[in-house]
Amino acid sequence: MSVIIIFIQKAIVQGMGILFGALGEILTEKSGNLNLGIPGIMYMGGIAGLMGAFFYELGTENPNPAIGMLVSFFCALACSMIGGLIYSILTISLRANQNVTGLALTTFGMGFGNFFGGSISKLAGGVGQISVSTTASAYQAKIPLLSKIPVLGDILFSYGFLTYFAIILSVVLSFFLFRTRSGLNLRAVGENPGTADAAGINVTKYKYLATCIGAGIAGLGGLYFVMEYSGGTWTNNGFGDRGWLAVALVIFAMWRPLNAIWGSILFGALYILYLYIPGLGRAAQEIFKALPYLVTILVLVVTSFRKKKENQPPEGLGIPYFREER
Amino acid sequence: MKKEPFLRMSKRESISLWKEALIYFVAILLALIVCAGVIYALVQMNPIDVYKAIFDGALGSKRRIWITVRDTLTLLCIGVGLAPAFRMRFWNIGAEGQILVGGVAAAALMINLADKIPNVLLILLMLAAAAAAGIVWGLIPAFFKAYWKTNETLFTLMLNYVAMQVVTYCIIFWENPKGSNSVGIINQATRAGWLPEMFGNDYFWNIVIVVLLTVVMYIYLRYSKGGYEVAVVGESERTARYAGINVKKVMLRTMAISGAICGIAGFIAVSGSGHTISTSTANGRGFTAIIVAWLARFNTFAMVLIAFGIIFMEKGAIQIASQYGLNESASDVLLGIILFFILGAEFFVRYKIEPGRHRQQE
Repeated sequence: MSVIIIFIQKAIVQGMGILFGALGEILTEKSGNLNLGIPGIMYMGGIAGLMGAFFYELGTENPNPAIGMLVSFFCALACSMIGGLIYSILTISLRANQNVTGLALTTFGMGFGNFFGGSISKLAGGVGQISVSTTASAYQAKIPLLSKIPVLGDILFSYGFLTYFAIILSVVLSFFLFRTRSGLNLRAVGENPGTADAAGINVTKYKYLATCIGAGIAGLGGLYFVMEYSGGTWTNNGFGDRGWLAVALVIFAMWRPLNAIWGSILFGALYILYLYIPGLGRAAQEIFKALPYLVTILVLVVTSFRKKKENQPPEGLGIPYFREER
Repeated sequence: MKKEPFLRMSKRESISLWKEALIYFVAILLALIVCAGVIYALVQMNPIDVYKAIFDGALGSKRRIWITVRDTLTLLCIGVGLAPAFRMRFWNIGAEGQILVGGVAAAALMINLADKIPNVLLILLMLAAAAAAGIVWGLIPAFFKAYWKTNETLFTLMLNYVAMQVVTYCIIFWENPKGSNSVGIINQATRAGWLPEMFGNDYFWNIVIVVLLTVVMYIYLRYSKGGYEVAVVGESERTARYAGINVKKVMLRTMAISGAICGIAGFIAVSGSGHTISTSTANGRGFTAIIVAWLARFNTFAMVLIAFGIIFMEKGAIQIASQYGLNESASDVLLGIILFFILGAEFFVRYKIEPGRHRQQE
């Protein structure tokens, strides 16, 4: 029994970082931009949050967890939005190819994260291992009373606030996309920018905003990983391939934020499943680790078989829009 | 009166070669200035010294020159493999995976058949097996794309990570010494399955294979019927169908070629340079090569220059990093900045910017 509780807990913990990335990418892709820079942006968000907290804690006598939290939160948000802005300027204004720009951004972002993660202590004058435990404690704080409830408290209430923020964000995003006028406009831009333009929607503005805000949300996934998952430390490439898993989750969720919630927990479960199946050899474990990707491929293939209109990627995904080339 | 925009832009009909070269030159210059600024901000190092160090890191000694050449060749080989796929507008993001399965196939023969068959035969078999593995990995997404229009960008992307797990799976059986979780140098003593040294040069065969592929691919894309079909399908599937081209067949054939060459790149990485197999055999080069192939606009000779430029910067940045005790990832940051500028410069090659003319009042 307790093993199952721990498994669910761990699955959720693994899933939330991916969820942030997927939510950001859903918003971006709904505007027709396939941002393959998301993995890099998540690195940027993570390291920026860590650096913000690090310099705050270094500069003050008695760092206050709440202020550290705010500082790191906004650093992560700002840095990852800059990543999104670079992508937007290049693909929307300068009409560069989306895939190539995205991959370049991932190269840059991962390098950015690993570079500062590896050299920050040296640049700050050799203070040794970077750890921002004070700030991280604010991220890791559980809900006071509810988390004490047996079983239910462990499964539902034993996480830091970013977890609940991710869930709320999914609901808000879903409401925005499918229930508001702006959301409708955004989807129109992603499906057919030419028509949206003719209807008087400012395509450029929607694409810019969706991409930058999407990048900001994705960056929080990196922050989540650094602060709540790793407790305020950085390991180079520690974030691993979770960024691509986030891109996979977008497909798996069929571009719906609410699907992404349970999808992320499922992905998290698949990611760690090999640790919980007794009697697995090391070789079999490696096969299990490929499961999230295999499942995604399966979803991709099945949706293309069924050709249901509402399960398809946005029609204009990955296709640049230039008014004069309609 | 409607307000005239401050700047107006229009698509260029054509651009002279020197003008295009000038634009890219300015872009790279700007990128290098920004990079120097970044480096200066971090380590307070004189920018001139920075570029001296970069040059030194890439071409400073005979050994470094050869390592730069070797890595350029591998990157070039992958770029050449991607060219036909991109020409067809088939977004093969899966080079990374195709390299890995090619490498695994080569390593499998290298480990199991060493000393059982003549070395020449072994190497040829490894080459064939690597190409075959790459073909399989390339054909899977192409098949689904051709028949059901399954999104190939995402499909090939996912296959990369499946390939990575295939590698880690195999490593467990091949690990040497046991428990190290790595394969180590394969056949270190016998050198069985290693591309042999020629004229006192370790990388002679790498050069032969990659140069051959580069030239053949150039001719294929430019002068052959198959290459023409690839271009037509890339421009418009409907036109292709109207012209009587079997689009499905072209798609499968092109991805088989693309996968095969990426598989061969895996063979070169295993047999011709690393002599081992690990998840970092591809080391992100499958992704970097996408940028190479795209920037060269499918011209395989232009790829030589771009691949060299990228490897040059990478080696240089690693040198700076080690000189100043910084992290090696600095090279990715600098590379990213340069790529942003080059990608942005493409816009100025394709479009003309002029100051807005004020419309005459009527």
